[in-house]
Amino acid sequence: MSELLQFLLSGLTIGAIYALAALGFTLIYNASHVINFAQGEFIMFGGMATVFLAKAGVPLILAVPLAIMVTILVGMALEKAAIETARGAQVVTLIIITIGASIFLRGVAQILWGKQFYPLAAFSGEAPIEVFGATVVPQSLWVVGVSAVIVLVLAWFFGRTLLGKAVLATAINAGAAQLIGVNTRTVLLLSFGLSAGLGAIAGALVAPITTANYEMGLMLGLKGFVAAVLGGLGVGVGAVVGGLLLGIAETLTAGYVSSAYKDAVAFVLIFVVLFFLPNGLFGKRGTERV
Amino acid sequence: MNVLNSRYGGLAVLAAIVLLLPLVLPNNYYFDVANRIAINAIVAVGLNLLIGYAGQISLGHAGFLGLGAYTSAILTSNYGWSPLAAMLVAALGVAALAFLVARPILRLKGHYLAMATLGLGMIFSIVLTNESALTGGPDGMAVPGFELLGWSPQGEAVWYWVFGALLLAAVWLALNLIDSPVGRALRAVHGSEVAAAVAGIDTTSYKVLVFVVSAVFAALVGSLSAHYTGFITPGQASFLHSVELVTMVVIGGMASTFGAVIGAALLTLLPQVLSGLEDFEMVVFGLILMTSMIFLPRGLVPSLRGWLAAKGRA
Repeated sequence: MSELLQFLLSGLTIGAIYALAALGFTLIYNASHVINFAQGEFIMFGGMATVFLAKAGVPLILAVPLAIMVTILVGMALEKAAIETARGAQVVTLIIITIGASIFLRGVAQILWGKQFYPLAAFSGEAPIEVFGATVVPQSLWVVGVSAVIVLVLAWFFGRTLLGKAVLATAINAGAAQLIGVNTRTVLLLSFGLSAGLGAIAGALVAPITTANYEMGLMLGLKGFVAAVLGGLGVGVGAVVGGLLLGIAETLTAGYVSSAYKDAVAFVLIFVVLFFLPNGLFGKRGTERV
Repeated sequence: MNVLNSRYGGLAVLAAIVLLLPLVLPNNYYFDVANRIAINAIVAVGLNLLIGYAGQISLGHAGFLGLGAYTSAILTSNYGWSPLAAMLVAALGVAALAFLVARPILRLKGHYLAMATLGLGMIFSIVLTNESALTGGPDGMAVPGFELLGWSPQGEAVWYWVFGALLLAAVWLALNLIDSPVGRALRAVHGSEVAAAVAGIDTTSYKVLVFVVSAVFAALVGSLSAHYTGFITPGQASFLHSVELVTMVVIGGMASTFGAVIGAALLTLLPQVLSGLEDFEMVVFGLILMTSMIFLPRGLVPSLRGWLAAKGRA
């Protein structure tokens, strides 16, 4: 029983990171119908920048916000330089542009920081906490806690603020949103910034657990994409549920079946879900117009 | 540009290039590069049928290539099969597998299809990496040379003719398929699947057919190139390799068979040119990928064709 609880708790931790990545995919997808394959690189940038700021002697309480701001700038620059100039291109073309961006960002990180794995001190010590026979490291609480706060803030932003509603309006129908005075270009820029920021937070949170490396974004990004599709592309609640489900499925498989096939869980799961629910768990059914 | 538009004009030009290229290739290194261009071009031509003509994306085709390569490698080196029999089994096996997964996968649209094919490729790649008793794991495995009725191609220059001939055959096959009723049906599916179905086209069967054909192209090339290089790693089946293959199709120009060949040549040559940059290789490669897709979203050959047509009118 304590074993199961242990797996569930670590699944929740990694699942929260996947959920943040999936929310990043969802934000950009809603604003632009682009799947941003560079989302994982935002996570990597946040993690690596935090590590190097901390190494340079910047206290963590400043290093994390600074790393988030740097990543937000990277995200906005990507939108301005690549996505806005290529608007209206086909889905495949846009996919390759964002994959190109992710290779570019990985290359920049490799030049700046090399190929080593960098540790980062946990935010509040390493002493494990015991919960009903299972143990949790304090960093896990940080991950889950911060993710929960972010989800609440996002819910407030989209449900209660004018700007958030402008973003939602753009997601539903960009043309109509423009007609009632929403500046959809600003919304697009904002979504990239927001999603880069979310990525950076996830990177800073996960770095003390997994260490940071210039390639860490590749798998995290793909799993975030899986989580977003699992919940139904473009649905915020779906992204969170998809991320948590994926994290728990992964740790249960690693614990009870085979740790070598841990990474395969995400892809088998998405395959099975799409087989029965072609629009994910919470996705809306669409009809094609001729 | 009439040469590239007519069905066999372009093929004749390609044949002439394949025939004359050896005259200017100075040594085996260049033959090897030419061979790898042909290998990638064959896969790209097959993938272009799926992406360019039927309009269905696949981010997992390297998985089929890897399966073909590993089936050949395992059957020949672990079980002593003849390379030809192993290759046929690999192609048939991949065809059956592709057929089995095609229907559920091709029901999906857009990004969901991208996700499912990506997942499929990842599953193959993870299995090939983990089953190290059979596949040698992440370190890869050695593959014996190819042999057919006592003849075994040795050296890059001999293999050049094998791959050159196969490339021409693949292009010929693709051109004929595109100009057949099947090709017209596929283009109708690309235009609008609902409209095509209303017009009485069995859209699902056509999509499945072209999915299987492109997977078999990849598997055959995987088998043969495994024998050619003599060593394979799970990297062959990786997500990044799948992305490379799609990029070849898109950069050369979707729905253009010669565009796929040109895209394959460019993407094979680029790393050779960039390898001198060492640490800066990734940055420059990513930048080239982004800028070429931003400024030539339709790919090289269609953009060039449009530009020439506009010039002709002026």
